Amino acid sequence: MSGLSTRQRVLWVAVAVLVLLYALFPVASILATSLKPAGELQSGRFLPQNPTLGAYEQILVGGAQDLFLSALRNSIGISLIATAIAVILATLAAYAIARLDFPGKRVVLTAALGVSIFPVISIVTPLFNLWRNIGLYDTWAGLIIPYLSLTLPISIWTLSAFFRQIPWELEQAAQVDGATTWQAFRRAIVPLAAPGVFTTALIAFFIAWNDFVYGISLTSTEAARPVPAALAFFTGASQFEEPTAFISAAAVVVTIPVVVLVVLFQRQIVAGLTQGAVKG
Amino acid sequence: MASIVLKDIVKKYGDGFPAVKGVSLEIADGEFMILVGPSGCGKSTLLRMIVGLEDITDGDLEIGGRRVNEKAPRDRNLAMVFQNYALYPHLTVFENIAFPLRLAKGTFSQDEVRRRVEAAADTLELREHLDRKPANLSGGQRQRVAMGRAIVRQADAFLFDEPLSNLDAKLRGQMRTEIARMQRRLGTTTVYVTHDQTEAMTLGDRVAVLRKGELQQVASPRGLYEQPVNLFVAGFIGSPPMNFVPGEVRDDVLHLPFADVPLDDRLRSVVGDRRLVIVGFRPEHVEDAALVEDGSRGVAFRADIDVTEWLGSELYAYIPFETNPEVAKKLEELDRELDGEGLRSQVVAVLSSESRVRDGDTAELWIDPARLLVFDPESSENLTRDEEAARRIDAETEEERRAALERAQRREAASGGAEDRERSASARGAA
Repeated sequence: MSGLSTRQRVLWVAVAVLVLLYALFPVASILATSLKPAGELQSGRFLPQNPTLGAYEQILVGGAQDLFLSALRNSIGISLIATAIAVILATLAAYAIARLDFPGKRVVLTAALGVSIFPVISIVTPLFNLWRNIGLYDTWAGLIIPYLSLTLPISIWTLSAFFRQIPWELEQAAQVDGATTWQAFRRAIVPLAAPGVFTTALIAFFIAWNDFVYGISLTSTEAARPVPAALAFFTGASQFEEPTAFISAAAVVVTIPVVVLVVLFQRQIVAGLTQGAVKG
Repeated sequence: MASIVLKDIVKKYGDGFPAVKGVSLEIADGEFMILVGPSGCGKSTLLRMIVGLEDITDGDLEIGGRRVNEKAPRDRNLAMVFQNYALYPHLTVFENIAFPLRLAKGTFSQDEVRRRVEAAADTLELREHLDRKPANLSGGQRQRVAMGRAIVRQADAFLFDEPLSNLDAKLRGQMRTEIARMQRRLGTTTVYVTHDQTEAMTLGDRVAVLRKGELQQVASPRGLYEQPVNLFVAGFIGSPPMNFVPGEVRDDVLHLPFADVPLDDRLRSVVGDRRLVIVGFRPEHVEDAALVEDGSRGVAFRADIDVTEWLGSELYAYIPFETNPEVAKKLEELDRELDGEGLRSQVVAVLSSESRVRDGDTAELWIDPARLLVFDPESSENLTRDEEAARRIDAETEEERRAALERAQRREAASGGAEDRERSASARGAA
């Protein structure tokens, strides 16, 4: 931002602050709500008067523990497996799309795009019936497969765009230097593609982690129910009490892995790693 | 070390476009061969077919006497320097240079790798940069790393694909001599692709001029310069380029746009019964009549100078002329093929810097008719080409090449031997 005048800089900071407020206000609101005791939920104030960790206690070690912890386990397991499969398949597919010239290349890309714009809600009912008939209903695999349909297209698209940026000469140079096709891929391309793969993995993980429609429709017990769906099953202490605080607390807890992931992967997502390969 | 032989090499792309149309070329062991031509002439495709990155549609490619058409790049034992260097950005300079050695698993011990990389780094003066990443190097240093990767293993031949085109002019000159020195010292067969005729002239033992996928002429730089086979080669080689003007033959006189040259025996025999020819002459063969001591052999003429450029060592004078409509099309086409802009028809004369000719002058200039080349306007063929002289020039340069190679290697052996003695002495001292 060295080329900016003071006025421009002030403007940029103002815009950034506005965007941050807009994005973070709901999070702050949920955090505040999760700390309120049951009596204060309707108080109309933003900050709790008597902050309490009761809601967290309830979902992590208290009565709602079974519901929440099993859901958390399901969410983590299902999202990780779906992400891993999606990234491995997408890496190979994207590499082929970026590097090789084969008939049907455009069809693959267009089909991937077509799948990703297909509304989830319209296939969930047939899927529900199919899964019940073939025994995938309420299993991890029953969620991983539809999640792949969500994560694969976008992974293939982002990764093939990323692979296209890597100079092809690197691979050719490796081949001339005595590498097999596989060695060239592993030693010259994969290290360069790593940031792109991590970014894609992050996106794929969030898609799986945040899904609600499949999660609530294709599960019925805690055998496979993920967190977003489980939140809908929280109940208050009595039937006249809203479980708002519990839901808020759970929402805060499930945000933590996402933040941790971003912080962890941030170190891997080093922009401009390809700089220096070819003349800048 | 190996010779490379191309026999009727053809490259057709998937869409049927013929990029290389039957090129035959023999590159001797230890020779420095240049492939040169304007963009799109197929020179890079040819190089990539030699190294194996491009399939050969038809013809035979032999390296060291063995046909290698179907071999993968890694089995051809060639080293290549890419135009954009293709350094591995995640590896240090040391590991970049060591890369080919590490791929040959088990062949080299850790010490051997270190010794070879350091030797290559010393040759290219990269010793203090070995721990840096390519991103932190300058363009010239990256170029040297790419060369280091090529020389670190005993490749049968070096292939260069426009290695200097990303460098600025000064560095390009330095790297050019560096490459020439390295090639002489190692005596490795080298194929070098460029579109720059200066690089072609200065580096090559022999130069192959390509045009639209066809080989025009293979000769020593001097052979190309003095005895080009056709308009294309004549126009491509030399800077500033050769001047082409229409020449009308009437009454035993060759009428050029600004001068009348009486036909002598040589010109008369090559012109034959043609009424119209294209006459070519080098800019440096035009002199300021005032500075010519013995003007009797040549033809003096007056010309209106449009613009002059004084460069210190010489003076460029530009002379506009009216072209003959019958050859205008041919010359325009040639200009396009040579990546020209086709702006205006003008003659360039390189005069001595002492010349007093200035913008707008009507100058008295001089040219030796023996220097004129005559081209057939239909076939573009050089009618004045002297096969005998061409053969003599090539034989001479071949002799010079061998002598230079021998000298370089004798000197190398001498200094290498001294180093070895030093090393063993220090080893004894350490023991």
